[in-house]
Amino acid sequence: MAAPPFSVLAMLRFILTRVSLIIPTFIGITLLAFFLIRLVPGDPIETLAGERGIDPARHEQLRKEYGFDKPIIVQYGIYLARVLQGDLGKSMITQEPVLNEFSSLFPATIELALCAIIFALVLGLPAGIIAAIRRNSIFDHGVMGISLAGYSMPIFWWGLILILLFSVQFDLTPVSGRIDVLYYIEPITGFLLIDTLLSDEPEAFWSAVNHLILPTIVLGTVPLAVIARMTRSAMLEVLGEDYIRTAKAKGLSRFRIVALHALRNALIPVVTVIGLQIGVLFTGAILTETIFSWPGVGKWLIDAIFRRDYPVLQGGALLLGVVVMSVNLLVDLAYGLINPRIRHTR
Amino acid sequence: MTTETMEAPAIAVPTATPPHPVREFWGYFSANHGAVAGLVIIVAVILVALLADVIAPHDPNLTNTAIALKPPFWQEGGSISYPLGTDPIGRDILSRLIYGAQLSLLIGIVVVAISIAIGTVLGLVAGFFRGLTEIFIMRLMDIILTLPSLLLAIVIVAVLGPGLMNAMLAVALVILPHYVRLARAAVITETSKDYVTAARVSGAGTTRLMFREVLPNCTAPLIVQASLGISTAILDAAALGFLGLGAQPPSPEWGTMLADAREFVLRAWWVVTFPGLAILITVLAFNLLGDGLRDALDPKLKR
Repeated sequence: MAAPPFSVLAMLRFILTRVSLIIPTFIGITLLAFFLIRLVPGDPIETLAGERGIDPARHEQLRKEYGFDKPIIVQYGIYLARVLQGDLGKSMITQEPVLNEFSSLFPATIELALCAIIFALVLGLPAGIIAAIRRNSIFDHGVMGISLAGYSMPIFWWGLILILLFSVQFDLTPVSGRIDVLYYIEPITGFLLIDTLLSDEPEAFWSAVNHLILPTIVLGTVPLAVIARMTRSAMLEVLGEDYIRTAKAKGLSRFRIVALHALRNALIPVVTVIGLQIGVLFTGAILTETIFSWPGVGKWLIDAIFRRDYPVLQGGALLLGVVVMSVNLLVDLAYGLINPRIRHTR
Repeated sequence: MTTETMEAPAIAVPTATPPHPVREFWGYFSANHGAVAGLVIIVAVILVALLADVIAPHDPNLTNTAIALKPPFWQEGGSISYPLGTDPIGRDILSRLIYGAQLSLLIGIVVVAISIAIGTVLGLVAGFFRGLTEIFIMRLMDIILTLPSLLLAIVIVAVLGPGLMNAMLAVALVILPHYVRLARAAVITETSKDYVTAARVSGAGTTRLMFREVLPNCTAPLIVQASLGISTAILDAAALGFLGLGAQPPSPEWGTMLADAREFVLRAWWVVTFPGLAILITVLAFNLLGDGLRDALDPKLKR
């Protein structure tokens, strides 16, 4: 089969348009982070310096450095310049640069989020496909009912219930943390599942897996529900198309029709939904990490709020916003690449 | 579920004329069993909230350490006067859940009301004035949509300070873009229609066009979104409460109750199970209702 004709130029233009669209969003996120500190009642320098207070000379120096004596637009310019150089300030508690703290904790969040989305895909795609093929069967009603419940689930409660069941009743999984305290694993990649395999302690890997199970289920529940619903409706739509009837008329096997003809087209909207779930995933990570004391960026942000560690809150929110924005962009680009209709019309 | 047919109009419609819109709506709506079930649950929750003073067996804030952590009545050690057990400081869980229903409904309704009021105005303005105003408003909404909703709400509450009022404001802002987009899209499709042109030619001003002519014609999607919005609002406000950023103890808000009881999860399953169940059932009901309303009201999706 010949590849459909496409021009590199059109592709390049598509990519450039999409990339340029994120600039206003980025500016918006930085504006939000910038005003965040200024909305906190009180003097922003004292807000940034913490509760220990600050001597007048240093106060004056910081005032100049941050440009608080200048007009607000200049202050924003100074802030934006710092952000673009990767300077997001220092944590008031640990005195560590916010960027360093974020990058040391972020792998834990990504590991959890990846496991959750894999969990959601592995269960959600087949459930949605089968529900669509056996439309109006008991299985279909069951999947739709469960996914509606999953979609309405307060996941912070769901986590506690799973702890109650699996950790307290059956003593199967640990209650919190990422790995047993017995093990010290040298962070190489930051992903414990990989790092433990690289280490010389094979039991450590199983400890890490065991700690991952409940958080993965909790974080994966909402995406699972959404993916199952979306896959079902996309499949139903595609199964009604003419080319499916043609394939049936040609006498192709049911499996071939579903796997080769229908699924490919049904997956296009599903990919977008998965992309949109990334934002939901990071939101869920904040709650999941809090429940399971998972040492990721979500728990770090919540802790920062209660410690009044405003630089961490400001920088962390900005970084998470940028991550979600970038993922959305990548999904958008992927969508354009797999769907020729989008690529050519824009 | 037969009690719900009360909602249908009692007016007898002559058979030759098309069915009354309300009757037609009810025909579509009642065919969806999930939606009817959702409506029944919501009516029940509303009744519980309204009659809280009458039906709650105890004062929701009355503490009594002598009866702390009593299990539900069907378990050993439980008593029928505290049907769902008591919390770590001896408050009756059922009574707190009943008063919590008031708070959750209040949160859902106030948040969505704020969002609809501001959102439709912004959307109408964007749709009518186009140009820079539109770009500015819609870009702002895109940014809000890009950020994970709970993260944005958390940041706002962290700045404004924890509390129910600030949590409601934060959630209202987070769900705002949906209403703005809906209203703007409706304006853009409606303004090209003849009746708007007719009204304009007859000398109607922009404000009149916006609110008297166009707005009534985009209420259907707004109602659907409102029902779904209430479920989001209840869920997000409960999440903020759980994180200690929403309603503060001793408020019987369901999320706050969960946060209060969290450390007792290993000893007393009932202190965490019931508040979460209440959240789940209420949110589910509003989602079911929203789905049903969409099928019944949105002509584009009618099959």
